[in-house]
Amino acid sequence: MDRILPQPTPETRHFWEGCKEGELRLQRCAACAKSYFPPRPFCPGCGSREVEVYPASGRASLYSYVINHRPRPDMGAEPHSIAVVTLEEGPRMMTNITGCPQTPEALQLDMPLEVTFLKASDEISLPLFQPAKG
Amino acid sequence: MKQKSVAVVGAAETTKMGKIPDMSVLGLHCDAALNAMADAGLKPSDIDGVATAGESPVQIANALGITPTWADGTQVGGCSFMLHVRHAAAAINEGLCKTVLITHGESGRSRVGSAGFGRAPSSWSGQFEVPFGVTSPPTMFTIPALRYMKTYGITEEQVAMVSVIQREWAARNPRASFKDPITVDDVLNSPMIAWPFRMLMCCLVTDGGGALILTSADRARDFPRKPVYVLGTGESVETPIVSQMEDFTTSKAFRVSGRKAFAEAGISHADVDHLMIYDAFAHLPIYGLEDLGFCKPGEAAAFIGERNTAPPSEGKKGGKLPLNTNGGGLSYMHSGMYGMYALQESVRQMRGIAPAQVEGAKISVCHGVGGMFAASGTVIFSNEA
Repeated sequence: MDRILPQPTPETRHFWEGCKEGELRLQRCAACAKSYFPPRPFCPGCGSREVEVYPASGRASLYSYVINHRPRPDMGAEPHSIAVVTLEEGPRMMTNITGCPQTPEALQLDMPLEVTFLKASDEISLPLFQPAKG
Repeated sequence: MKQKSVAVVGAAETTKMGKIPDMSVLGLHCDAALNAMADAGLKPSDIDGVATAGESPVQIANALGITPTWADGTQVGGCSFMLHVRHAAAAINEGLCKTVLITHGESGRSRVGSAGFGRAPSSWSGQFEVPFGVTSPPTMFTIPALRYMKTYGITEEQVAMVSVIQREWAARNPRASFKDPITVDDVLNSPMIAWPFRMLMCCLVTDGGGALILTSADRARDFPRKPVYVLGTGESVETPIVSQMEDFTTSKAFRVSGRKAFAEAGISHADVDHLMIYDAFAHLPIYGLEDLGFCKPGEAAAFIGERNTAPPSEGKKGGKLPLNTNGGGLSYMHSGMYGMYALQESVRQMRGIAPAQVEGAKISVCHGVGGMFAASGTVIFSNEA
């Protein structure tokens, strides 16, 4: 079964284009310097429309998660993490932690992570996170 | 709102509760509405305000033969009905209508005439959560809990205790879905849903409904039931997707809504005799106790574990703050938008007719959540004019 995929909108297209190109893109306010997510063409901190897209470092830490023991059919048969990570730049996003056992022992809160991209279709690559190397 | 300017004069749940395969969602709304009107001694033609969530107020008004001068379709999830009470109080005080009917019905278990969950793939949820495998609330509402537990050193056993104590309350309620006692081990050994959440830490899925009728306090005295006055109200919303909750250890919507309700009511925590906190999952009463200010951050799990919210047991008297006295969403019933049942239990307690009645209770706080920490509504009731 094909994975259920997002449908980008004009306001979010830069994010998904970035993922396709292997780059995690955030937005930042020119007026107050706040970085934010999800994408939108104005700053949720101060309301300014003067915002820019920039490449994030891809570094993050594990904020919280569950291990879903009843996966959706398109997610496979094994229990898997559904996590929220804190990006080095501040914003948080939901993701899956990959590249390690899907167990409470392997998934420690605050562990350092790095982004990796899962090519799910010609149009969509999903930003996942794995334990940081080195 | 002005304290005690509006009162609940009709309150009822659906005739049946639990598994009702012979009624649609609309049928459940209307069954509850007719029961509430009977409770208040009113006919549909006496109602001039309609509020509902899940269905459209247009559908409810037309089905029941009501011609409203005020309608509210606020839909922010399971606490929508708390917001409806608040909005109805404002509407009645402003003269927009005199007698408001608030309805809920949901075929959560049998799925008869249900719209079901749907998230557009272009929505924030569809783009930034669904692709990572979230399904129903057990894979979303639960995600903040681990951060809370790590921050305050709370164990899985302590979270399980919430379910255990609520089952004690459910045992006293003949209409509760689950009444048999459970232990912490039972909870921890129940099927894993989304670690660290086991099945017995998650709410039921049932069919049912409920309805409330409100009018101005000066008219309320002429109704057959003892009026239950609205003392204070609050509401807020935070985020449509749980990943964007500001802080996973506390709900901003809870804090804002609760603070507003307590300020409107002009009461302190010591004045509260009875408390309802919407418990879709076992961590919610913990967040609620802290965010409403009954406990300091990190202390609510111990507060529950020390039986401060528990019923009397084996000769020991009950806790000082009876919480979720119907058994809650964890044991009583949960159709999908549980807020209505929490309100019904607060009204029963204020009328003095609850199955597990808190003797002498004069003030009840009823606190709801909508979505996955998305929204919140708080209603504080008093049974004294």
